[in-house]
Amino acid sequence: MDINPIVIFFASIFTSNIVLTNFLGMCSYLAISKDLKSSWGLGQAVIFVMTITTILNYLVYKYILIPAGLEYLRYIVFIIVVAAFVQLLEMILERFIPGLYYTLGIFLPLITVNCAILGVALFMVIREYTFLQSLAYGAGGGIGWALAIVALAGIREKVDETKIPKGLQGPGFALIVTGIMAMAFVGLSGIANIQ
Amino acid sequence: MRSEIKTITEKDLWTENPVIRQILGICSALAVTNLMANTFIMGMGVTFVTAFSSMTVSFLRHVIPRRIRMMVQTLIIASYVIIVDIILKAFLPEISANLGPYVGLIITNCIIMGRCEAYGQSNPPLLAFWDGMMSGLGYTMVLMFISFIRELMGFGTLFGIPILGDWWTRWTIMVMPASAFFVLAIIIWIVQARQSKKSV
Repeated sequence: MDINPIVIFFASIFTSNIVLTNFLGMCSYLAISKDLKSSWGLGQAVIFVMTITTILNYLVYKYILIPAGLEYLRYIVFIIVVAAFVQLLEMILERFIPGLYYTLGIFLPLITVNCAILGVALFMVIREYTFLQSLAYGAGGGIGWALAIVALAGIREKVDETKIPKGLQGPGFALIVTGIMAMAFVGLSGIANIQ
Repeated sequence: MRSEIKTITEKDLWTENPVIRQILGICSALAVTNLMANTFIMGMGVTFVTAFSSMTVSFLRHVIPRRIRMMVQTLIIASYVIIVDIILKAFLPEISANLGPYVGLIITNCIIMGRCEAYGQSNPPLLAFWDGMMSGLGYTMVLMFISFIRELMGFGTLFGIPILGDWWTRWTIMVMPASAFFVLAIIIWIVQARQSKKSV
């Protein structure tokens, strides 16, 4: 795989958006997208955690698992790295930056089980990215996820006032909006392609 | 015991179906439903992992300290997922490549953790096994339905076998990710609309 990291960065935000084309992180995506403020909070937390854990997982995979011949343990190892990092981050924030802790704190535990974080790490392994490519993919993936959830929350806030058929309220409506967004993003597919 | 089994079956397959009622495990529900063969294998994998991890959690329920139970459950689930991954790679390499990272993502499938938390850790092993299996089958059922629609309209085939013939114009949208959102949304809409009519 020899793709420019900058291309990967933009592609993972727009054309291969992890929510709209890979369906990752849907649970919190549907649950937290009811208002703009908390969706942006969660989005920020995901950008931050995803960028760093992708790098950590890359290093662990390349320098510990491959030399030891333990590639098949990657699922367990990746999830432990993510959980440990989130726990550590929570403690550091609480101790040193309490302001940020109060805005992001409640979202951090949710992130451990966000499948987007694990998914990005697994895609990174399957596509055999190098260090810079992984960095670009992790950061782009996080920004793409945040973009999608903020856009959905904005639309949901606006539509809240209108009348929606009863059965479609809640998740059903969010899914339809997401589907339309996915179609819109297909229009950008000429920019870059990484698959 | 027997009536318990019956209630579990009913609940997990329909009245509390994980996908359409509780909106859990949506990621993979959308991602693997473009071809029925992939969906079927994925469904079986999830059923296997849910059943056995629920049972294991239930066996260990008096031993696991409450505070670290999430971590222990995740590790149990991850071990079973590794088994599924190795089996798929050995016997069905093509489907394993198609499913890609989604096999590994079974770990973060909320259905499995949900069943361990809600049922496995407070009930005997055999019932927990049955509950996990039924939840997995409820999940598989919904996914098979979605992929039935998507493969039939997108490719004109079922399990790779041509059904509709040459006159059928393939709906490209059914192959694209967007259609997964629409099909699932419409299924949820229909089910919820019927539900609210009944309760009035």
